Amino acid sequence: MKSELDIMLTVDGAEERTTVEPRMLLIQALREKLGVKGPHIGCESGRCGACTVLVNGEAVKSCMMLAAQADGAKITTAAGLAAEDGTLHPLQQAFHEHHALQCGYCTPGMLCAAMDLLKTNPKPNENDVRQALRGNLCRCTGYQHIVDAVLSAAGTLGSGASAVKGAAE
Amino acid sequence: MVKFGVGQSVRRVEDDRLITGGGRYADDFRAPGQAYMVVVRSPYAHAKILSIDTESARAAPGVVDVLTGQELQEAGLGEVSNAAVALIKQRDGSPAFKTTRHVLAVDRVRHAGDAIAAVIAESEAEARDAAELVMIDFEELPVVVDTEKAADPSSPAIWEEAGSNLAYDWGKGDEEAARAAIANAHHVTKLKLINNRIVVNAMEPRAALGMYDKEQDRYTLHVPSQGVHGLRDRIANDTLKIAPEKLRVITEDVGGGFGMKTFAYPEYPLVLYAAKKLGRPVKWTADRAESFLSDTQGRDHVTEAQLALDAEGHILGIYIDTIANLGAYQSQFGAFIPTLAPRDMQAGVYKVPAIYNHVRAVLTNTVPVDAYRGAGRPEASYLIERLMDKAGYETGLGPIEIRRRNFIPAEEMPYNQKPSLPFDSGDFNRNLNDALAKADYEAFEKRRAEKAKEGKLLGLGLCYYVERTAAGMSEFAQLAVDAEANVVHVYTGSQTNGQGHETVWTQFISSRLGLDADQIVVHSGDSDVLPGGAGTGGSKAVYMSTGALGVASDTLIEKGKQIAANELEAAVADIEYRGADGEAVFAVVGTDKRIDLFEVARKAEGQTDSAALEAAGEYKEAGNSYPNGAHICEVEIDRDTGDFEITRYIAVDDFGHVINPMIVAGQVHGGIVQGLGQAMGERTVYDEESGQLLTGSFQDYWMPRADDLPFFDTSYNEIPSKSNQLGVKGAGEAGTVGAPSAFINAVLDALRLAGVENIDMPVTPYSLWKALHGAEEKAA
Ligand code: FES
Ligand code: FES
Repeated sequence: MKSELDIMLTVDGAEERTTVEPRMLLIQALREKLGVKGPHIGCESGRCGACTVLVNGEAVKSCMMLAAQADGAKITTAAGLAAEDGTLHPLQQAFHEHHALQCGYCTPGMLCAAMDLLKTNPKPNENDVRQALRGNLCRCTGYQHIVDAVLSAAGTLGSGASAVKGAAE
Repeated sequence: MVKFGVGQSVRRVEDDRLITGGGRYADDFRAPGQAYMVVVRSPYAHAKILSIDTESARAAPGVVDVLTGQELQEAGLGEVSNAAVALIKQRDGSPAFKTTRHVLAVDRVRHAGDAIAAVIAESEAEARDAAELVMIDFEELPVVVDTEKAADPSSPAIWEEAGSNLAYDWGKGDEEAARAAIANAHHVTKLKLINNRIVVNAMEPRAALGMYDKEQDRYTLHVPSQGVHGLRDRIANDTLKIAPEKLRVITEDVGGGFGMKTFAYPEYPLVLYAAKKLGRPVKWTADRAESFLSDTQGRDHVTEAQLALDAEGHILGIYIDTIANLGAYQSQFGAFIPTLAPRDMQAGVYKVPAIYNHVRAVLTNTVPVDAYRGAGRPEASYLIERLMDKAGYETGLGPIEIRRRNFIPAEEMPYNQKPSLPFDSGDFNRNLNDALAKADYEAFEKRRAEKAKEGKLLGLGLCYYVERTAAGMSEFAQLAVDAEANVVHVYTGSQTNGQGHETVWTQFISSRLGLDADQIVVHSGDSDVLPGGAGTGGSKAVYMSTGALGVASDTLIEKGKQIAANELEAAVADIEYRGADGEAVFAVVGTDKRIDLFEVARKAEGQTDSAALEAAGEYKEAGNSYPNGAHICEVEIDRDTGDFEITRYIAVDDFGHVINPMIVAGQVHGGIVQGLGQAMGERTVYDEESGQLLTGSFQDYWMPRADDLPFFDTSYNEIPSKSNQLGVKGAGEAGTVGAPSAFINAVLDALRLAGVENIDMPVTPYSLWKALHGAEEKAA
């Protein structure tokens, strides 16, 4: 016997209705039911952060939440950070400027984790950024350019940090 | 004026889609009507399969089919490719033992996670539920997982046909000369070390979507790969037994590969077979637990080596004895990695008159081992750089002086080190000096004394790495001018896994054809488009692809000149192309008569055989390049707790000419962190009794996170390579080659203060505490 639940989510500004099995995770509902491909699956166990989205403005690992629990919530993914006219969010722009992504698989989750940090701590130092991102694994970048990007978006990228050579010139 | 030129930190063109959630990774593909496949894997590391009962699984809701190894054999499917074994000749001249790996195990499983059956259902959840219902009777067999124990003739042979666990006994070099060097040495430094096994863990798990077109009798596979052509040929030739043209392989964005996504894994022919049989697309996506149990793993060597020195500390010879763990089956390149991949890189950047490398490869009840970032070169570098440090202390010369005495000097470049290290360029002293200056080496003893007051042991470690990037294959490219859209389409046989190929090829074509970045569209990852392609692997893409693109753009310009000559009523010899000046125009030399590239393409219709202005390029000339550099790492260890922190990390690299310094910095950072990951915590543990992978999740398998690392100070000394036209040296793997020994040498430098002389990777606070504690007990 399969019971299905009706849920409503606002995903990147658009209202979406769908039915889910009670056991379905939010990440599965987003990817499988709603075709939202930004958040990725890296471990389905809360350890990698690839699935991080903003749920009502707070960073949540969407593999650790049931879709049914998110009923009625406002979900923001990497696709919803840019302005309506397509202008990148300053954090996205900073990721681009500082080469904070290589394969890009961790990137949507990184962006959401960093958004949460900058909301609660608008002027973080290097250590704050590293701590805030420790839930998000990246196998490509060695994190340095990601930390640079977040600091730069916050306006706290110091002269001593490792800004990409030629970046700001 | 260069518009998007070479040598600049141009921002990446691929970023736009990747930072807005628009990447197209393998799991993002859905085909209409697709069914889902879930693989039933062995719970045992070693067992006979007595029977497989699929009846209840077949009866479960949503189940479409259940496949077993027997069915695949009856259908005539071949083995999973392990092409490289054929390259290995044993010391006695006989061929290496070759394992047979079926797509699905038939009567025997040899590692926990070995694929046994495939359940295909309407939904993933239904397939997972039904997979639990496949009933398999096993008879458990004794397990061997440890590298050294597997080499012990008294351990049970997991491949009885081989008579032991030895897959091959291989050697290279002049054994007699190396032995004589040791016998006649003034001093011999001896070292035994472990190069620990790594789980690759690209963030994107593997996935596969198989399709079959009945009318055309043709398969299509969407898969995250490191090159579609190689994968196509292996699957088609070795497993499906079809002509390669009957299979199209497509790869779009790839969430990291690091060697591991190169290979023809069993799941790929499986989805293709199922798609044909069922007449509908079949999709499989690994979860992380499956990645741990089915992606090839890396390294896993135990090595004993001797370094012979004369009275002045000059190297006389090196003798190496390695046991390499290949896992349960030889993976595609598995046999190649400990032997032919590093070749004589164990000599490092030093003059070594005699070297012998003896490798015994063993088979164990573990996941197969294959190329992982660096593939044999990190292992080689780790060994020689540990040996040099140890020799430096033993002779009293210290780690810096002993290296300087043995460096191949810049004045002697190019230098042909026997048996097979033809260095083309390099200035090792210069890079070392720069790195020492950046590390403020002069003030190190002062820093160390200050830390000692806080109960901290400070150590500084040095590595001078060199690596040999790949050569000896062909790369292909194609250019097509689209006059209607005013863009040039660029097709290459390389395959980005996140390294930024789209940007670098755009830079290169921009500098050749004088186009803006937005007039260039880069494509790759479709085996139907080009005749072949070398993919990504071996840090070769930059010179191989620009080589092929260079040939294609020269051809394109020559074709264009013919047309321009007609249009401008001039002799072809008088036409020049001004791409290098940032103008996409053909002009009559010394006049203002000119015609734009796209205009020429419009005129091309009717004037050339093809409807459009197009050109193809093939490139195969490049020899190996030898990126090299000095890495210096400073580590602070808490004497009481074993807690440690990297406080300084400097890399001064020679990558020849650098096309995009920003992208190269990213490669270096990422490479260093993968190397550090291996050295400072990545630990793959198989239970000795049961053979289970105990570190099979991100909970149990540590990987470096943002707060475990410092900022890296990276810079380049650009000493052009002589082996390719751009003078570049591949940068993709270098960081991983240099980092492990820089870190371990730093740790040992610190531990020496407390009387500890050896430690193996991975170093953890616990292993440090144990080492420090043990030394104290010994002293008491
Ligand atoms: S997929 Fe959610 S944390 Fe890894
Ligand atoms: S950019 Fe590849 S995992 Fe982070």
